[in-house]
Amino acid sequence: MSEIKDTAVEVRLPSRLGFEKIAMGTAASVAKLMGFPDDRIEDLKTAVAEACINAIEHANRLDDSLSISVILSASDDSLEVKVVDEGKGVTKRPANPDIDRKMHGEEATRGMGMFLIEALVDEAEWVKGSKGKNSYVRLVIRLGKEGK
Amino acid sequence: METGTKTTVDEIIADSGKPVSVLRFSGDISSMSRDSVLNAYGKVAKDRPVLLDFCRVDYINSSGIALVIQMMMAANKSGQEICAFGLTPHFQKVFTMVGITKYAKLYPDEHSAKAAV
Repeated sequence: MSEIKDTAVEVRLPSRLGFEKIAMGTAASVAKLMGFPDDRIEDLKTAVAEACINAIEHANRLDDSLSISVILSASDDSLEVKVVDEGKGVTKRPANPDIDRKMHGEEATRGMGMFLIEALVDEAEWVKGSKGKNSYVRLVIRLGKEGK
Repeated sequence: METGTKTTVDEIIADSGKPVSVLRFSGDISSMSRDSVLNAYGKVAKDRPVLLDFCRVDYINSSGIALVIQMMMAANKSGQEICAFGLTPHFQKVFTMVGITKYAKLYPDEHSAKAAV
C-alpha cells in the first residue's frame, strides 16, 4: 500500500443499524495504515460507530432509502472523519450522562453517543447542513496524542 | 450485518462458597440484543450475585451499554450484586467514563471475579 497521507476514502452506507460496523472497520484500517496505536484506533472505532448510529437513527430515521456518507481524510498528523446524513442537524446537545439519574429512572438509559464521541476523539463538531440536509459530524484524532 | 447476541446462563460457586449466576454473552451487544440480554437476566435468581461475562463479545455500542445499565437498575432494585469481567481495556475505559463502575465492579477475568464476589 502506498503512503496514505493526503488521501480521502469515502464509504456510503444505507440507513440500517449494523452497517456502522463497515465504517468502523474502514476507519480502523486507515488509522492503522497511518500508524495510530491500538488504543487510539479503539477510541476512533467507537466514536465513528456512534456518529454513524446517530446519523442512521436520529437524522435519517432508519429510512433505508436514505444513505450516510463517511469521509475519511488522512493528513500528516491527523485523521479527520466526516459522517454526513440527510437530516437537519443537531439542534440541542443532550446533557452528559448522569449514572445516578439513570439508575433512579430520572434519565433515559440511552443517549450517550455524543458524550462518548466527544470523550474519545481530539475534536468533534456538529455542523448543520444548508436547506435542512447534509448535516455532518466532524471528528479528528491526532497522531502522537495519548488516548483520553 | 449485526451479529446476533447469544446469551447463556451458568450457575457457579464463588471462592467464598456462595452460588453465583453468570450471564455469558457472545456476538454484538447493541439495540438488537435487547430480548436476548434482558430475557436471560430475567431468568436468573435475584438472591445471589450475577456476573456479566463479556469475553466473547466483539462489539458494544451505546445502546448495548444502555442494556447493561438496565440490568444494573434491576439488580439495584432487588439488592443484587452485579459485576462484569472480560471487557477489553477500551471498554473498561468506556464503562468507567459513563459511570457504570459506580454500581458494578469490573474484573479482568472470571477467575478474579469469582474470587471477589
